Amino acid sequence: MSAPVRTARVAGGGSAAPVARRRADGRGPGPVARVGTDRAPDFLRELSAAGLLLETGVPGLYGRSARFEALIEAIDQFLTRFTAADGAERLRFPPALPRRELERSGYLEGFPHLVGTVHAFTGDEREHRALLADLEAGRDWTMRQRPTAVALVPAACYPVYPTLAARGPLPERGVLVDVASWCFRHEPSRKPTRLQFFRMREQVRIGEPEAVRAFRDDWLERGRRLAGDLALPFEIASAHDPFFGRGGRILAASQEEQGLKFELLVPILEEGGPTACLSFNWHRDRFGRTFGLRTARGEPAHSACVGFGLERLALALLRHHGLDPERWPRAVRAVLGS
Amino acid sequence: MSDRLVNEIRALLAREGFLAVDVAAIGDRDDLYRAGLTSHATVDLMLALEDRFGVEFPGRLLTRRTFKSIEALATALRELLPAEVTG
Repeated sequence: MSAPVRTARVAGGGSAAPVARRRADGRGPGPVARVGTDRAPDFLRELSAAGLLLETGVPGLYGRSARFEALIEAIDQFLTRFTAADGAERLRFPPALPRRELERSGYLEGFPHLVGTVHAFTGDEREHRALLADLEAGRDWTMRQRPTAVALVPAACYPVYPTLAARGPLPERGVLVDVASWCFRHEPSRKPTRLQFFRMREQVRIGEPEAVRAFRDDWLERGRRLAGDLALPFEIASAHDPFFGRGGRILAASQEEQGLKFELLVPILEEGGPTACLSFNWHRDRFGRTFGLRTARGEPAHSACVGFGLERLALALLRHHGLDPERWPRAVRAVLGS
Repeated sequence: MSDRLVNEIRALLAREGFLAVDVAAIGDRDDLYRAGLTSHATVDLMLALEDRFGVEFPGRLLTRRTFKSIEALATALRELLPAEVTG
């Protein structure tokens, strides 16, 4: 999700002991030491020179080559196999949601700085001429656009909650949804681990509080297994979201205090700490109440989601196993089906 | 503890409707979160206190503990305010 400050390691039962961030050296076969003194933009240059990412001139907005996409597809299919036995309902949405749903989701309370909304020109011919005149003169022409009913999704799971709420009360055992989408967050950066457009695959569990808690405990364990399968050095730590402003520090402290978020962190860049490649968010009954999601018993449903950053997992693999996937360790290639 | 400062905080809590209960029923040391103060309302409260007292909470005070009770808020504000205001 970002580069949150982590103060604690997450234990299975939610108890957490203070711990200093530790380097992952020696954990897993990844040649972490080789990372050396690389700085964020250097890794971007490396990826660009290797023909993996194609720069567009806008930080965080990159093209992907066939080789990079083959890796993304392999990771996506690996996640499909990793979660196959869960029997999740597969849903797919465009990388957008009704602006109305974003507005009532509460996202603007915490993250007004990350939101992207779609605007379009709806004027007449005279206004069109004026727009072209603005463009010609180098003035701001975008003020002549109006907001549409569409906003960009900041996380793949947002369209899931209103969609499921519209079905009526949940079945007795709740639901498990597999969702994936391109996502947008306005945080331009030269760090290849912080993209404005990226892909997120998620599992969303909605149901009784105990079921959602069990889902959380399960993923604390499975996250470790996932990183092990990919032979990536990692740590799991409680975390908080990059809430907006000074007041956001209070929200962040509250989120962390309640143990609502944990991340699977892999060192990718030398600077700024390790990168969250998996992020688990426990919403309690917030979305249940916000979107009117009811359990079979008529109570506000609890929910949680676990998200996988596909580009971040790809970058983690490229960092630790080398820029040429054909030369990766046999075990890693096997688990990725190549 | 200055009664004046505590009364100012109480007046502000009552006026803005931060709590789920009547502020008069809340003791100075009672837990405001238990009284219905949400995380987002805490941010509103922070901004309202800053406007009212012309101060800015530094990063080290932006914790839940600072906003936990009327007494905790008064302690934090006394630290930020010149002595003649709190005296």
